[in-house]
Amino acid sequence: MSKSVVIVGASMGGLRAAEALRNNGFDGQIAVIGEEVHAPYNRPPLSKEVLAKEVTHEAVAFKLRAQVEDVIWNLGDPATSVDLEKQVVTTASGKTFEYDGLVIASGLRPRVLDLPNGKVSGRHTVRTLDDAIGLRAALVPGAQVVVAGAGFIGCEVAATARGLGCAVTNVAIDSYPMIRPLGELLAAELQRRHESKGVNFRLQRGIKDLTGTDSLSGVILDDGDFLEATVLVEAISSHCNVEWLANTNLDISNGVLTDSALRAVTTEGQSVDGVYVVGDLARFANPLFDDEARRIEHWNIPTETGKRVGAALSAYLAEADHFAELAAQTFTPLPTFWSDQYEMKIQGFGMPGLADRYELVDGELSDELVMAYFRNDVLIGVVGIGMTAEVMKYRKQLLGT
Amino acid sequence: MITIDVDMDKCQHYGQCVFEAPDIFKLNDNDKLEFVATADDSRRSDVESAVDVCPMQAISIVE
Repeated sequence: MSKSVVIVGASMGGLRAAEALRNNGFDGQIAVIGEEVHAPYNRPPLSKEVLAKEVTHEAVAFKLRAQVEDVIWNLGDPATSVDLEKQVVTTASGKTFEYDGLVIASGLRPRVLDLPNGKVSGRHTVRTLDDAIGLRAALVPGAQVVVAGAGFIGCEVAATARGLGCAVTNVAIDSYPMIRPLGELLAAELQRRHESKGVNFRLQRGIKDLTGTDSLSGVILDDGDFLEATVLVEAISSHCNVEWLANTNLDISNGVLTDSALRAVTTEGQSVDGVYVVGDLARFANPLFDDEARRIEHWNIPTETGKRVGAALSAYLAEADHFAELAAQTFTPLPTFWSDQYEMKIQGFGMPGLADRYELVDGELSDELVMAYFRNDVLIGVVGIGMTAEVMKYRKQLLGT
Repeated sequence: MITIDVDMDKCQHYGQCVFEAPDIFKLNDNDKLEFVATADDSRRSDVESAVDVCPMQAISIVE
C-alpha cells in the first residue's frame, strides 16, 4: 500500500513542503490540514500594499501547481492532537488522518494584550487575510490609530495607516522602533523618518488598559497618559501554534526543536523518524552563524525549510539509500527579510540582531544606505535602504561566496 | 519553450529571482528588474525557484 503524508498548516511552508515531496518523487496521498478556510496565500502584502488597496484572497493566493492538484485540503478545521505512536492526527471536527510522514507547519498566531477592559471592539491583529480585511475597513481617513509594537509589522502598519490619512501613535516597550534587528543608529534614523511622516511615538511604554463601553475610545498607558483611539493594532509578538502537540514528547519549549534534517526532536534529544518541522516553528541550528538552535520568523524560511523537508521526507518514505546522506547535509539558509515603509525599501540578510558592532558602509544615514553588522569582527548581517546592488555584495560575503 | 511573466505592478525589484536564474532575470544599473520573457524548457526548475523566492509573488510561468 502506498504511503501517506499529513501536513499540519495550510500555509506557504505547508504548500512548499507538498510541492517538494512531489518534486522528489513521492506519489502517495498528501493531506493538508489548515485552521483558516483559505488556501495558502502570501502574507507580506497584508501589512503593506494590500492593506492600502482592496484585499482579496485572489490577490495574494499562491498559484497551485500541477504537481499538487491531487492534494487533499482539509481547511477551516485545525489539528487538535496527534498520536505519534499510532501515527494519526485528529482535527477539531473529529476527523482523523493517518500518516507515515508528518509535517508540522502550524506556524504562529499574534499575541494580544491581556487587559481588564479588553472586550471592546476596535482591536486588530495582522496575521491572516481575514485580519487584513478587518483592519482595512477600519483604516479610514481621520481614524485615530494606536499601533502597539514597533517591530517591522507594527512600523509597516503605521506607515500604511498614515498613507490612508489616519492619525497614528506607535506605543512600544523598545527604546527605538525596530531596534532589536537594526541597532540603535539605524533605528533612531527610522524613527526620525516616521516622525517626519507624522507618526507619534510613545516608546518604553506599555498599554495598561482601554477605554470605551462597546467600542474602543482610548488607550491608557502604563505611565497614566491617555491616548484617544478608535483603532488598536496589536503587533507585539507571537504565540507558537503547538497546543496540538501537547500530549507528545517533542521539545515544544519554543517552537519545535529539530535536528539539521529538520526532524522533530524529543525532550530527551532524540530525533523522531518521519516527523518534520517547517517554517516559523522550526527551531534549528544554522552553521552559518553558530550552533544555537533558533526559530527564524523571516519570509524565506518556510520555503527553504519546506524544500528541505520535502526532499528528506520523500527519501525516508521511499527507504532510499541517499536518505542518510541527505539528512546529514548541513542546512544553512540565509535569513532574508524585506520591509516597505513609505518610499523606503528596506532589505536585510543574515542575523543583524546578533551583532556586537555595526557600521555604515555605504550611502548616507539620512538617505539610501548600507549597514553592515558584525559579531567578533565577523560579518553576520547586512541591511540596506535602497542600494540593492551594494547590499548584494555583502549578501555574497555572508554566504562565503 | 516556457513563457515568463512578471507583474510589474507587484514587482518591488528586490532581485531575489536573479540568484535563482541569472540568465533570465537581472537588475539593471538603476536597480530595476529586467527579464527575458521566454526560456528553454530545461530552465523550468530554476524559473520555478525564482517564482518561489519572490516576496511579492510577482513572477509567473504562463501555461
